[in-house]
Amino acid sequence: MKKQIASLIWLIAIIGFVIGCYGIYQRFAFGHRLTDYGSYIPWGLWVATYIYFIGLSAGSFLLSTLVYVVKIEKLEKIGKLSLFTAFGCLIAALISIWLDLGHEFRVYRVILHPNFKSMMSWMGILYSSYFVVILFELWFAMRVDLIKTASIGTGLIAAVCRFLALGSSDTSDKSRARDSRVLKVLGSIGVPLAIAFHGGVGMLFAVVGARTYWHSGLTPIVFLVGALASGGALLTAIVYVWGPDRNRPQFEDMMRFLGKIVLSLVLLDLLFEISEYFVGMYAGIPDEAIPIKAVLFGHYWYVFWVVHVLFGVIVPVWIFTRNAVSRPVGKTSPGAIAFAALLVAVTFMALRLNIVIPAQINPEIEGLQYAFMGPGLNYTYLPTVSEWLVTIWIASFGLLLFLIGYNVLPIVNKDDKEVA
Amino acid sequence: MAIIDIEPQEEIRQRMMNDLKRALKKPMNKRHWVMVIDLGKCVGCHACTTACVAENHLPPGIVYRPVMEKEIGRYPNVRKTFLPRPCMQCDNPPCIKVCPASATWKRPDGIVEIDYDKCIGCRYCINACPYSARTFDKGFYYCDDTPFVPDYEKLPSFEYGKEWPRKNRDDSPVGNARKCTFCLHRVEKGILPACVTTCLGDATYFGDSNDPDSLVSALLGSPRLMRLKEEFGTHPSTFYLV
Repeated sequence: MKKQIASLIWLIAIIGFVIGCYGIYQRFAFGHRLTDYGSYIPWGLWVATYIYFIGLSAGSFLLSTLVYVVKIEKLEKIGKLSLFTAFGCLIAALISIWLDLGHEFRVYRVILHPNFKSMMSWMGILYSSYFVVILFELWFAMRVDLIKTASIGTGLIAAVCRFLALGSSDTSDKSRARDSRVLKVLGSIGVPLAIAFHGGVGMLFAVVGARTYWHSGLTPIVFLVGALASGGALLTAIVYVWGPDRNRPQFEDMMRFLGKIVLSLVLLDLLFEISEYFVGMYAGIPDEAIPIKAVLFGHYWYVFWVVHVLFGVIVPVWIFTRNAVSRPVGKTSPGAIAFAALLVAVTFMALRLNIVIPAQINPEIEGLQYAFMGPGLNYTYLPTVSEWLVTIWIASFGLLLFLIGYNVLPIVNKDDKEVA
Repeated sequence: MAIIDIEPQEEIRQRMMNDLKRALKKPMNKRHWVMVIDLGKCVGCHACTTACVAENHLPPGIVYRPVMEKEIGRYPNVRKTFLPRPCMQCDNPPCIKVCPASATWKRPDGIVEIDYDKCIGCRYCINACPYSARTFDKGFYYCDDTPFVPDYEKLPSFEYGKEWPRKNRDDSPVGNARKCTFCLHRVEKGILPACVTTCLGDATYFGDSNDPDSLVSALLGSPRLMRLKEEFGTHPSTFYLV
């Protein structure tokens, strides 16, 4: 069953990648002319995709710190898996925001000529640091396994592992203890870093005083909780298909534990959301109330009520409660928990879209939309086919990166890998 | 309608040109360009918008000075009001603070400048501007989807005293945020901004607010003076007489 799911995901990733290539061609051949965002709604689907993936990355990275810093035994074997998931999602997020730039080849300016008053400059600095921390952490977490795989195997995989071991050959207990110490230090650096960069993404939106819908002290916190909820959910679904110990009794225990974590985070996120919406709607100040009304009752109401509330909250919460909380151990279904987690992870995109787009639909000066006509000078937005194709390509690329990495690198130990 | 806030001295365009010449003799940091728009005199002809598009060779989707129209009152007491909106050239500009690439800054003479060669096109400034004064150049031609794009569409604009041709749609200013410059390229040669020259209602004034003898300085003392969205603390250099 799990083998079939894995094969299906390979198939989806390859098809998405191939179809998405046409979107990438269009992006480079026609620039931004085939997109629907413009001057009055300057940020569209690709920005939402970026905060979606960066949230997934931050969330699964923070869960990896439960292994390397807090040393929670139940999750010990998924440390590398969560780090690698965070790595794949980070790459997808960075590609998404890179393609969104008007001059993508000038991106180096953010690092070389930063403006320290700009949250986006800080993002450049923090992402670079985070990228380095993840790479180092992954290397130290996999070092011994890389050496082992390189020594026992032959062929391409062994060669890749030998190359990635970077000449290291020490598998003694002493070196393992050093790896563990280094991982604890890197993980400890990673915690404030992940909080800073993802809280920082929230800040990036929150500091825009001109957009009242974003301009709230709660925004960075909502981003963090959302990251944990979506990243945790993605990791739970991944653990079910590719995780360790899948045929062992402790697997159910681990899935229940992950299910409980995701359940609480989804509910906490919902609480923040309700608070934001109630406060905004009660005061009824148009700058804030118009975007909220658009989310709840606008043209795209189903994105909130059906995709987010029904399939992203109600259904998963019900499944989690039954399988991870109320039913006794031994009678729960890890598959159901994984399915609920997958629902949360996938539908979180609706929440991200509902953060980015509605804030921009309200004309900053009354009548601006009628004053001058032209492409990009309107307050409606619906992603074009070209935009969707690029997003599909990015998601498929991230997925393929994960799948190839999983098969080549010792992300899950061979002994723990056996599948029913 | 005459200028009701000041004593008439000479033809106002001539006076503003003289103000300009005086200001240009001073070092850049001693002058502060401001624009004053008399809403009581604006007739909503959109000549300023059109002149701006022509002067700066603005492509489709780029507008520096739209004029908003609003109908007020109930029949038979119906009026129309008009609100031209150039860049406010704020003294505390939110667009500069957010730029991640240090590509936009405030000049000593008060103009908010963008270096198109440095802008990465992230559009953060567009979102940060409370006046929607910045627009994103996606690289359109007016004759896109027709058999022939004439050469005049590829002529350069002369913003910030440089030439910005439009032959290649991968090069700046395509892919950049763009905005009104108060026609800096004209002003620095002693010519008034295109919108001021074209305004047939004599509703737009331009000059150096640091010069107490300038026309705009006299208007800045009017009790009818207001600025847009002052609550944002942006301190615009574009004023309105209401």
